Amino acid sequence: MTDSDNIIFDTASRIFDDLSTAEVINEAEEGTWPEALWQAISESGLNLTWVPEENGGIGATLLDGFAVLKAAGGAALPVPLAETLFAGWLLAQAGLQVSGETATVASGELTLVDGKLSGSVQGVPYARNAKQIVALIETAGKVEVVQVAAEQCEITEQTNLAGEPADTVSFNAVAVEQTGEPDEGFNGENVEAMGALIRCVQAAGALSTALELTIEYSMERVQFGRAIGKFQAIQHSIAAFAGEVAAMNAAADAAAEAVARAPSIDHEAWIEIATAKTRLEEAVNNGAAVAHQVHGAMGFTYEHRLHHVTRRLWSWRDEFGSDVVWARRLGEEVLSWGADELWPRITAVTDAR
Amino acid sequence: MSVTRFRFPFVEMPAEATQLRQEVREFLAEERANGGYTPMADCWAGGLSAEFSHKLGQRGWLGMTWDKKYGGHGRSFLERYVVTEEMLAAGAPVMAHWIADRQSGPQIIKNAAPEVRDAIIPRIVAGECFCAIGMSEPGTGSDLASVSTRAEKVEGGWKVNGTKLWSTGAHGPGCDYMITLLRTSPLDTSARHKGLSQFIIDLKSPGVDIRGIADIGGQVHFNETNFEDVFVPDSHVLGEVGGGWNMVVGELALERSGPERFLSTFIVLQEAMRLLVNNPTDQTKEVLGQVVAKIKTLRRMSLGIAGLLQEGSSPEMEAALVKDMSTNFERELLEKLRRILPQNVLYSSAGLLPTLLREGVLRVPSSTLRGGTNEVLKGMIARQLGIR
Repeated sequence: MTDSDNIIFDTASRIFDDLSTAEVINEAEEGTWPEALWQAISESGLNLTWVPEENGGIGATLLDGFAVLKAAGGAALPVPLAETLFAGWLLAQAGLQVSGETATVASGELTLVDGKLSGSVQGVPYARNAKQIVALIETAGKVEVVQVAAEQCEITEQTNLAGEPADTVSFNAVAVEQTGEPDEGFNGENVEAMGALIRCVQAAGALSTALELTIEYSMERVQFGRAIGKFQAIQHSIAAFAGEVAAMNAAADAAAEAVARAPSIDHEAWIEIATAKTRLEEAVNNGAAVAHQVHGAMGFTYEHRLHHVTRRLWSWRDEFGSDVVWARRLGEEVLSWGADELWPRITAVTDAR
Repeated sequence: MSVTRFRFPFVEMPAEATQLRQEVREFLAEERANGGYTPMADCWAGGLSAEFSHKLGQRGWLGMTWDKKYGGHGRSFLERYVVTEEMLAAGAPVMAHWIADRQSGPQIIKNAAPEVRDAIIPRIVAGECFCAIGMSEPGTGSDLASVSTRAEKVEGGWKVNGTKLWSTGAHGPGCDYMITLLRTSPLDTSARHKGLSQFIIDLKSPGVDIRGIADIGGQVHFNETNFEDVFVPDSHVLGEVGGGWNMVVGELALERSGPERFLSTFIVLQEAMRLLVNNPTDQTKEVLGQVVAKIKTLRRMSLGIAGLLQEGSSPEMEAALVKDMSTNFERELLEKLRRILPQNVLYSSAGLLPTLLREGVLRVPSSTLRGGTNEVLKGMIARQLGIR
């Protein structure tokens, strides 16, 4: 993934460093919308990263967008940039217009009757901050992408482990603003897979930040007359943590690249996403544990910023299908290959097509 | 703050490598069907067959990346990667040539005297000559700078005395040479890395005595090699006298992130799958998902490093990280498989799968030791991260 020497990534990192500060993140959790941050994102066009240039986008690639989301995860960004990109991606799958206003995706069983959307979905990220809610409707023989105005919906505020909005949205015969059909074969599994991938990419960024904070802290914190990073036990924990961070970045990159190579999410890309979400389990479990262990009681306080990333990591591993659910799906896929196709399927990823 | 410290670029195999993969697969399938080999766990450190290695030599699969002018095949690192990973995944007996092909050959090409190089390299490429590594010693494990086997200058060469330990394969048929790390000037405790040199020692020289050592499974893969007044001609010094340390450091870095670090137990998984497909429980799926996710990720990382090496970078931290994780995974894979395999596989000594599993369990403690322990690796990683 191109996350260096890349103007879009650099722009994103600069904005996030300046405006996604610990204070802003804490205030957002308390319910204050970080207007300055979202405004900077809108002005720079980062919210349009996945919009085709002819529709008013900024001419960025899918991989550029994933690089931005990695940085966003690393910055514990308290605004729905990932959700807005995700919703825009889903609209684009059905050839619909993307505005770049705050948006989110509601994944659940919904019904569409005479252009009116009904049903209820739990855990819709940032629904309360979204202007638009996008959903995929699967009925017998027909798959449609719809967009509704969030203000027309009934939103019950709930949160994820990180205190990010994860609201319940009730659609009571809400009139859709636009609707379209994606290519044949596109379905709810593709939407969930894209959501899972987005979380994996954000988590790779968040893990990188947790590692940097941990390295930094281990060199500052003095105990028994020396920086704790000078103790071999700490060094070895951090080295193992670095491995998890490297692995998660590699897995997330591999999945993002597979999606970028395919026209949409094909089966090969789905396998890479399943791999990344499965790999997330140990990366988060082991990584966050070391981060907190090294930070000691200091990192357990609300005042310290470590929890901005670790709490997100603990939530993201559960979102869009938990790591364990994805492991079973991948295992089922592997069983379908059988013993003799196991190795060929593993090598097929890198072999010339 | 989002720092990307680690690089594992996507590597796409060129068409010729993919083509080569098919050739290798066909060869392996045929060999296995004809009884040319029986798959084994940890095949690169325990599957000794000079005959099999010779066949690979005939196919052009040894010394693949070496320059044609020295007798190599001038192929890419990625093509070599394909051949090695296919051999490992199949559990083929590649131990005899492994060391010579992976590290002794490149070292000889780079640092040996031309006449010595020309005498040895074509024979390695043909699969007729194998090498062993003489780094470790009775008092030297991961702390390599503490070697005490010494070479004294004599007329026309050097006289070597001391003992090398754990030199995998040195006692095997066709293992003609040991690339040996020696102290060529007295130990200076303030600069222990100085005064070390690497020699190519002909193992048939008078005064060389090799005694095989059985591992915990009763197999003799490694050994103790004693040198008593062994004469080594000047021509067999590798590179500069006193330049041994940098040479071994480079050699160790080279061997760190190859596919042999995560595929040593893969064959157990593959053979277990034949059984597991009949019992697709949630637990089985979960385990398979987890281990395959890890293999795919480790392969991505290992291959990414191969790609970086090919373009001339030296991703030392990445290589150390990958070796640490990969070698732990080789053990973890067996532990996870135990959870989902039936009792009559776990507790049996008959049949391919129980044999592979036993072999794996008994061989795998070596994974996190060989080439430098994982504790030493973690120390290197910590240094690279800037905390040590």
